[in-house]
Amino acid sequence: MTRFLAITRAEMLILRRNRWLLVATLIMVLFALALTFAGSAPTGTLGVDMLTVSVASMTTLSVYLAPLLALMISFDSIAGDVDRGSLALLLSYPSGRGEILLGKFTAHLAALAFAMTVGFGTAGAVAAWFGGAGPESLMALLRLILTSILLGAVFLALGYLLSALARGATAAAGLSAGLWLVFVVLYDLGLLGAVVMDQGGTFTRSVFPWVMVANPADAFRLWNIAATEGVAMASGMTGAAQALPVWAAPVSLLVWPVLGFVLAWAAFRRVEP
Amino acid sequence: MTDKALTIETLCKDRGPIRVLSDITLHVAPGERVALLGHNGAGKSTLIKSILGLIPTDGGTIRIGAAAPGSAQARRDTAYLPEAVSFHPALTGREQLTLFARLSGERADVPGLLERVGLADALDRRIGTYSKGMRQRLGLAQVLLGKPRVALLDEPTSGLDPISRQDLYAIIDELAGQGAAVLIASHALTEVEARTDRIAILRKGVKVADDTLANLSALAGLPIRLRVRARENADALAARLGGNRVNGASVELLCSPADKMEALRRIAAMGEAVADLEMTPPKLEDLYRHYARETVQ
Repeated sequence: MTRFLAITRAEMLILRRNRWLLVATLIMVLFALALTFAGSAPTGTLGVDMLTVSVASMTTLSVYLAPLLALMISFDSIAGDVDRGSLALLLSYPSGRGEILLGKFTAHLAALAFAMTVGFGTAGAVAAWFGGAGPESLMALLRLILTSILLGAVFLALGYLLSALARGATAAAGLSAGLWLVFVVLYDLGLLGAVVMDQGGTFTRSVFPWVMVANPADAFRLWNIAATEGVAMASGMTGAAQALPVWAAPVSLLVWPVLGFVLAWAAFRRVEP
Repeated sequence: MTDKALTIETLCKDRGPIRVLSDITLHVAPGERVALLGHNGAGKSTLIKSILGLIPTDGGTIRIGAAAPGSAQARRDTAYLPEAVSFHPALTGREQLTLFARLSGERADVPGLLERVGLADALDRRIGTYSKGMRQRLGLAQVLLGKPRVALLDEPTSGLDPISRQDLYAIIDELAGQGAAVLIASHALTEVEARTDRIAILRKGVKVADDTLANLSALAGLPIRLRVRARENADALAARLGGNRVNGASVELLCSPADKMEALRRIAAMGEAVADLEMTPPKLEDLYRHYARETVQ
């Protein structure tokens, strides 16, 4: 039962030793601080505290950064071991493939959670200190951190999936970059194009919001925006959020990590080391 | 069948349209050391991965003790050293071996094991700084974890210097002494010769030989090579013995194991004319070449 923890422990050591944890945390802190200070201008005009504006900015940041950081750790996890020839040895031990994957996932998620918490936490604390905070904006910050970790979990699992499907770590890296581009950039551009073409027809009113929330990155954005009025105002994205039931975005963001993990596990089971 | 640690019966494995393992039957008893020889691509690694349950097979059965390959029991009972093993470069030798110990569920003396394979000085250095031979030793240390019933070593000597090879075979003897069935896939024929109880030869996925070295030699009927150095006249010696002149002063003749004593008597009878005699029994190389080239009936 505790075998997956042995894997977790080794993976944690690796993340700490190859400086991934340090670099990821630094990136999070720097970007979050930069956005907090750069985005503090509209506070007066919108009549919300600085932390609220900061959370709105950081939500936009996290949509790009959380999937990127997650894919950066996970793309190598299976393909790298196959390349090194160490996967065959690992699989000759009593631990099952599910345990190995769970062990890696636990370690990687813990590292992501650390980077997110420290990064957003620092920026949030700075914003609250300089521009004030209320119970609502603190809740928004907490929600941002938790949903960012969930979003990271989705892309960790998808990274394992690609790592199991790819032939070699280099191919896995390429596929991961493609996946990131599709989910975070191209998907939204495509939807935008469809909405423009449709000119406010049935697609825009009934289909579009659902297609949008099916993408975990958009579900993350919607969840954070819909939940807090202030954040929605600061980000100027209220329309799509109002067209959906409240549960849609949370369900999407909670189902995706599980779905991704199951898919990754199924692909991993087919890997012949 | 229960006295066999490893039982393989009529195992087949296809890769696309090509049959890479064909009707392989091989038994290894506890404490027995069997060398698995074959060219690159003969199917040695495929056979080992099949025994580990890492790849699906297309017919036949494999049993580790009584357990099916890949089952929890089989994986607990087997130890494996992959060909040209590699580990994550960021971990130290101690951390890597501790991980394997935890995975196998054994309480292991990690520093002791690393000392046993000569890595005591490199205990807390990153594996990234290890040489190929040191990585191979680390791989060997994890084979010693627990008390395996079956040890599968794929090219264990690759990248090892001669002294390390000696150490390696000492460790293999120790494993066999503890009752493990040891299967060694190898190219390093000369060492396998002295260090194994039985030799199985694979040729294009077919087992062409499986016996002790002595029996294989007799079966193959390979000649013993006698080199006689003449004191004065090598031509005359060659004429009397019926061999070939090989250099200025020597004559070489080949004889079957059955005719060996007769040939020696004839040479001894020539008295002073013979300065020296050298006798070379068929080497494993010759045997290997014989069986690996022979067409299958």
